[in-house]
Amino acid sequence: MLSAAFVVLVLVGIGYALYRRRDLGTSARRATFDTLHTASLAAPSLRQGLTEQGAQRAVKHLRALLGTAAVALTDRSRTLAIDGVSHNHAAEAIGHAKRVLERGATTILGAREVSCGAPDCPVRVAVAAPVVDGEAVVGALVAYGRDTSAMLVRAVEEVARWISGQVELASADAQRTQLMAAELRALRAQISPHFIYNSLTAVASFTRTDPDRARQLLLEFADFTRYALRRGGEFTTLAEELRNTERYLVLEQARFGDRLRVSLRVAPEVLPIALPFLAIQPLVENAVRHGLEGHAEAVTVSISASDEGSDALLVVEDDGAGASPDVIRAALERGGVADGTGGSVGLGNVDARLRQVFGDSYGLVVETAPTAGTKVSFRVPKFAAGVRAEPSGDGR
Amino acid sequence: MSGQGAAVVAVVLVAVATMGAGVFGLRRARTTSDFYVASRAVSPRWNATAIGGEYLSAASYLGIAGLILAYGYDVLWYPVGYTAGYLVLLALVAAPLRRSGAYTLPDFAEIRLGSSIVRRMASGLVVLIGWLYLVPQLQGASLTLATQTAAPHWLGGLVVCTVVLTAVAVGGMRSITFAQAMQFWLKFLALLVPALVLLIVWEHRDAGLGQGYPTAPERTVVSLATDTTARLPVAESLAVEGRVDGVRVHGPIALAAGTHQFEKGSVVTLERGDVVPVITSLPAQRNESWLRPLGSGKDHPLYASLSLILAICLGTMGLPHVLVRFYTNPDGRDTRRTTLIVIVALSSFYLLPTVFGAIGRAFVPDLLLTGNTDATVLLLPQRLIGGEAGVLLSALVTAGAFAAFLSTASGLTVSVAGVLSQDVLGRRLPGSQRAQRIRMFQLGAVVAIGVPYLLSLPSEHLGLAAVVGLAFAIAAATFCPLLVLGVWWPRLTDVGAMAGLLVGGLLATAAVLVTMIAGPARGWSGALLEQPAAWAVPLTFVVMIGVSILTRSRVPADVGRVMIRLHAPESLAEELRSLDRSAL
Repeated sequence: MLSAAFVVLVLVGIGYALYRRRDLGTSARRATFDTLHTASLAAPSLRQGLTEQGAQRAVKHLRALLGTAAVALTDRSRTLAIDGVSHNHAAEAIGHAKRVLERGATTILGAREVSCGAPDCPVRVAVAAPVVDGEAVVGALVAYGRDTSAMLVRAVEEVARWISGQVELASADAQRTQLMAAELRALRAQISPHFIYNSLTAVASFTRTDPDRARQLLLEFADFTRYALRRGGEFTTLAEELRNTERYLVLEQARFGDRLRVSLRVAPEVLPIALPFLAIQPLVENAVRHGLEGHAEAVTVSISASDEGSDALLVVEDDGAGASPDVIRAALERGGVADGTGGSVGLGNVDARLRQVFGDSYGLVVETAPTAGTKVSFRVPKFAAGVRAEPSGDGR
Repeated sequence: MSGQGAAVVAVVLVAVATMGAGVFGLRRARTTSDFYVASRAVSPRWNATAIGGEYLSAASYLGIAGLILAYGYDVLWYPVGYTAGYLVLLALVAAPLRRSGAYTLPDFAEIRLGSSIVRRMASGLVVLIGWLYLVPQLQGASLTLATQTAAPHWLGGLVVCTVVLTAVAVGGMRSITFAQAMQFWLKFLALLVPALVLLIVWEHRDAGLGQGYPTAPERTVVSLATDTTARLPVAESLAVEGRVDGVRVHGPIALAAGTHQFEKGSVVTLERGDVVPVITSLPAQRNESWLRPLGSGKDHPLYASLSLILAICLGTMGLPHVLVRFYTNPDGRDTRRTTLIVIVALSSFYLLPTVFGAIGRAFVPDLLLTGNTDATVLLLPQRLIGGEAGVLLSALVTAGAFAAFLSTASGLTVSVAGVLSQDVLGRRLPGSQRAQRIRMFQLGAVVAIGVPYLLSLPSEHLGLAAVVGLAFAIAAATFCPLLVLGVWWPRLTDVGAMAGLLVGGLLATAAVLVTMIAGPARGWSGALLEQPAAWAVPLTFVVMIGVSILTRSRVPADVGRVMIRLHAPESLAEELRSLDRSAL
């Protein structure tokens, strides 16, 4: 029994070894794979651009890639990281990179400029190549060795070009983040003009008949705009967001009266949860607008927040006219960019921001059909790295 | 109504109430003016009772009384430690932990050290501690059901598993604060009422504890379900049906002082005033020494007591289900208030098991022969009061016991399932869709409670409070240094934390496993293994500090900002934000 198991084990082992051999192919191919693997190890450290931390992590992989005695990575003004043997060369690396940074072309530095004279020092000459982002030289890669060769120059240039690629990707990332921030600002400023007009009209209609209520509504309106237009802080707590939604609903009810009914169900433990600012109110606005579209008699908007282990589940539902799923899909795919038809801009924007912050599995889920109402739900994790509610500072 | 019927009704009622309360806890508003009330944060008082509800487990409800019956004065450190742990938590880490925004302990490791490896190690420890803590809950459930209704010994644990998993599957725990707060009051009243009645009855009977060895208060028939080796402290003649020391016995037999073997199935009848033989795993001691400090009859009682105090006081902060409840508080200040109220609530509660343990020594000393001292709380009402009132009180105690198992088990299951689905199962499926995430959580819940259920099945056990004590020891040897240094020492590095968790976790776990599998050993080695906290906690601190100093360069770059976030009150944090890069 035991020997049979042993034989099977050996056979499996041989089979696996053969499989691996066939898979890896010739030694040249294996070298390619090794190079690609080393490059993939260095890549994540460079995805933040040229930073000291990233450079320090990447530089030893770069040295493995080049196979030289020492490798240094600089930005425009200082040495970010150096790896490999060096007597006091670390301090000089930025000096060696100077000419490259000025001229943007690969430079070879001889022993006169580099060597420290010690006979055992493997650092005698240097090859420096520029790291570029778009048109601008943003840093330099300096490789040190005993002697230069055309091969080494070529290798340093190729590696510097690869680093440039990573740095460009990093700045593309940064641009995308900026774009997202701009979109958020756009949504914030996007209190719908209709809403302002309608609210003020509603207030006006109460000024004579019920001045107290008019005053109350104006205060709600002021609080609402202060919250929606506040600066700084991308995240807020669910409690704050619900309070702002309440202000919005008070103003809408002043206008629609009994035609708009609301209901809220909330598990109090999820109130402190942090979520992107203005994540719920646009969904409610959407529900009110589409619910009362056409000649609907009345609409009930229900909001619920419940505890689901490590997530919270938020649902905004209306029993209004509903919509064709295709319209909603189109709105979500636009990702919050208005297309002029005045459709569900809020929906797409909220969806895009949730996905950006928490990841793709945390987007909106919309269930709807004509005449069947609409149900929008999403989940918020109780903890996500970097997401933290900031005090509102609205004078509570 | 029979005692069995009443117990079954009590268990069913508690199970239904637990599920129902989760739904009733949702706040509702029909008009916009109610929104304000509905979106107000949970008050510290409510949250504190919820924490108490989740925290008071089988160990507190059943275990402590049993330990006091057997060991006396020395184990009073258990209830003291269970409460004082919150004092340490309050003073050192409660508010900073809440301000960090962490929901689980691994989240805190990630925020503070920015390392996914430390996070994963912390997750592993959460699962380990959670499982170790769940085993005695399920054992307690099985014991309770078997004692009160003669059900098979695997049923009680299964009932708890089923209720918890059903609640997770149908989302019956949508709002857990109300449910847990209700459980706290249920447990409190379920012990308070019988305790008061017992005290009155005891006073009435005027049966004080003598100085000598525990004796049977009345004629008691004890059937032994397993082979039992018991020590008789003095020569005594007992009526036995069965085999004693390999000899078939039928009727009274004179037994010399010393150890005797009772074969499985033997029935021992103790007459009033007979000295009770004590199973060899428990100490046989006079009531006089039972009442004295360090008189528990264990080896090296001073070391054992100190180590126990350390384990429980420092381990509380490392329990997976405690931090989760703090998340309900809106800010650090409310978290401190909550913790303060928790201390008051626990202090009041823990008076009660002590009463049961002390009265138990006088009225159910036969448990010393079976070793089943965890049943003290369950048996006392019927033994001492009897009749209809006894049945009702007994059912009440059973209900409280099931509240204890259910609340602790559901809190732990949800915590462990969250960690499992996020850090273990979830990793396999990056970017998984939401339906998969929910299924992952449910699968996590099955694993979270299924494994400890299987572990709880072998009937041999150490005593509920002792196993929970081991869970505390591991938490103290791993999470306490991580949290205390993480909150108060800016120079902690990820490598230091890793080394500390590894050393503390492995050594404490090894000690725990040896104790659980091989049983308690005697002498110094036994004392050190049974109570590892006194050496493991300082060792972990030393390793974390030492390795952090050696790897100085790895101090996270954003440590200044994280420290401000942890320590500055929320209102101040806003003003400091402009300074945060230059400060610290």
